[in-house]
Amino acid sequence: MSRFTYAPAPQATDVVDIRSSYGLFIDGEFVEATGGHRKTVNPATEQVLAEVSDASPADVVKAVKAARRAQTRIWGPMPGAERAKYLYRIARLIAERSRELAVLETLDNGKPIRESRDADLPLVSAHFFHYAGWADKLGYAGLGPDPRPLGVAGQIIPWNFPLLMAAWKIAPALATGNTVVLKPAETTPLTALHLAEILQQAELPPGVVNIVTGAGATGEALVGADVDKVAFTGSTEVGKAIQRQVAGTRKSLTLELGGKAANIVFDDAPLDQAVEGIVNGIFFNQGHVCCAGSRLLVQENIAEPLVERLQQRLTTLRLGDPMDKNTDIGAINSAEQLQRITDLVAAGEEEGAQRWSPPCDLPEKGYWFPPTVFHGASQAMRIAREEIFGPVLTTLTFRTPEEAIAKANNTPYGLSAGVWTEKASRMLWAASRLRAGVVWSNTFNRFDPTSPFGGYKESGFGREGGRHGLEAYLEGAR
Amino acid sequence: MTSATTLMGLHSLPGPDADDAVLARFLHGLPGVDEVGAEARVAQLATRSIKNESKDWALDMLVRMIDLTTLEGNDTPGKVTSLARKGIRPDPEDPSCPSVAAICVYPDLVADVAAVVAGTDVKVAAVATAFPAGRARMDVKIADTTQAVADGAHEVDMVIDRGAFLSGRYGKVLEEIVAAKQACGDAHLKVILETGELATLDNVRRASVLAMIGGADFIKTSTGKIAPAATRPVTLVMLQAVADWRAATGRMVGVKAAGGIRSSKDGIRYLVLVNETAGEDWLDPDWFRIGASSLLNDVLLQRRRRRSGVYEGPDHLTID
Repeated sequence: MSRFTYAPAPQATDVVDIRSSYGLFIDGEFVEATGGHRKTVNPATEQVLAEVSDASPADVVKAVKAARRAQTRIWGPMPGAERAKYLYRIARLIAERSRELAVLETLDNGKPIRESRDADLPLVSAHFFHYAGWADKLGYAGLGPDPRPLGVAGQIIPWNFPLLMAAWKIAPALATGNTVVLKPAETTPLTALHLAEILQQAELPPGVVNIVTGAGATGEALVGADVDKVAFTGSTEVGKAIQRQVAGTRKSLTLELGGKAANIVFDDAPLDQAVEGIVNGIFFNQGHVCCAGSRLLVQENIAEPLVERLQQRLTTLRLGDPMDKNTDIGAINSAEQLQRITDLVAAGEEEGAQRWSPPCDLPEKGYWFPPTVFHGASQAMRIAREEIFGPVLTTLTFRTPEEAIAKANNTPYGLSAGVWTEKASRMLWAASRLRAGVVWSNTFNRFDPTSPFGGYKESGFGREGGRHGLEAYLEGAR
Repeated sequence: MTSATTLMGLHSLPGPDADDAVLARFLHGLPGVDEVGAEARVAQLATRSIKNESKDWALDMLVRMIDLTTLEGNDTPGKVTSLARKGIRPDPEDPSCPSVAAICVYPDLVADVAAVVAGTDVKVAAVATAFPAGRARMDVKIADTTQAVADGAHEVDMVIDRGAFLSGRYGKVLEEIVAAKQACGDAHLKVILETGELATLDNVRRASVLAMIGGADFIKTSTGKIAPAATRPVTLVMLQAVADWRAATGRMVGVKAAGGIRSSKDGIRYLVLVNETAGEDWLDPDWFRIGASSLLNDVLLQRRRRRSGVYEGPDHLTID
């Protein structure tokens, strides 16, 4: 028995009103879908939260038509300064209602309330604030004197940061004069639907943002509909299918896909902070992060003691009720994802890597996976090559800086990387050689709306965030 | 010796008579501290929510860890004896309220405090070695220490020579710590690093290790006379240093955060920091202290609120 146990500190859930069922948000109103319904559950308890609509191809066409009307008649011709006013209003409303949205995000996604409250929601409103500022300054973004919007954007987002990904997609599209049809992930649609309420509250003109819920078929219908732009965040497999689908059409495309990021620790690193960075790199959001630092590359001379220190740190992680304010590791988002993680971990053991987890009790109900570290892995193993998208870290070693870079780049992905060293020349040397869209220097998984984010190779193309994020939604800028 | 000891650069320690060159090589070989990362870690731990019975436990622990302090030029025997009585029995209306750890005063007032706390568990701590600046000849500093111990101090809070530390004369800093430890005899030695003047967290780690080589029983953040005094990033680094030191040598050294901790909420954040950094072994007045004056009354208000359910005004507590 520990001397200082933390009593349960549950966040109250009555700050959010969840309706029993939700329609589609088309042309400024919630409407009935024609494609049927599905249930969305709380992955920590397996309790049903609400019934959500499945948009049929006909529903999608209706949403795209509404978006087209709004784009050509209202939003496209509107001066940037006027669009900015709406975006600022949305940003403020999100900030004001952030507790409610954080609670809803945690209920629907399973991530700890500490993260939805301290990471997701502040970034969501910050993203709208950032792009609100751009709306009347597009001529000064280095993309020509009067860059034009593309038109209607079809946007498909994943379940790992549901509302944040919605913000990453909607804010730059709206700032540049495009209108949007957004499809949230089928396991986490609720915060996007509550965002729709906020858009109503902000009196955003009808049709500027439309939200169609559903699974893969809905997404496919959206990609195939009369849109000018497709923006997708999700798996590389689906990303490739989308790229095939839009090939030969006039539609422009940006993809933000998977990753298998290297987190490189040199022997002259700030070690205590490196340990924190490793933890934050792979166990943030249960490892459901496309840019997660899932491959730890440690210099051989410190590998054993560093991993020992890491394991000691992992014993202090608190896994459990995501709604408890002291929880560090929440639930896996779905039974399907849990199965994928379980399978890959089994493959890792089969291929001869040693598996380690801190002692921790998993709740009986819900989808859970303990923080896991693999030792003695090699580059050839599946756990070192495939994206696990769960709280599983694979540790590898290197002897020389050249070997570290070679191993880090030896992946079909290239979304992010981390480098830990106190030596600035080594940091710059490594960063310039890593083929990854983001390289974190003595930190990991830090996000900011001003900083572009996106991948190399099979991690996708196009950038989101900052000035670069405007390019994906402007004519002639690509 | 564990391999983690090698990692943290503590596998071959210089002796207490090492010279500047040896100490510089050793101290500058310790792993660096990334300031941004340390701040992010303490900010994350500050979000821990301590409720109900764990809050009761934490409030009592805070009282037991307080070095109730007055270090003013206008301190009088009357003032320090009244403070000592308060430290023995902080809440006269609640006999279940524990005593504080120690009363911390200037050396010339040690005898007055010792007379009051005699027969209780409350200790007398004296700041010595030309506190707070430490600018005096070594023989003066040692005389200061010897007098405090002779008058009944159980604990001596010495200051390091920051001028010597910052100019790389580590041997001089170490020599003074070793001499002060010797002058302390059975009294416990707390070494004040005055981290507000050391400026970087790298220096905080180096000074922590240097003090432990010199035989410190406790390492302490600040005098309270310099801003910033105790901060949580500094305390984080010191807690990591003592945990590494135990892993390397088997010897446990305490940590004292002093100055600027005024509210129960802030105090509890320090307890969380101790719990999740050095570990629960340090959650004990023998191994973690908080140097404070106004913190005690805020903790007492919180204790009363937990028992009665209502906030009482500060007029219900004594001013000492």
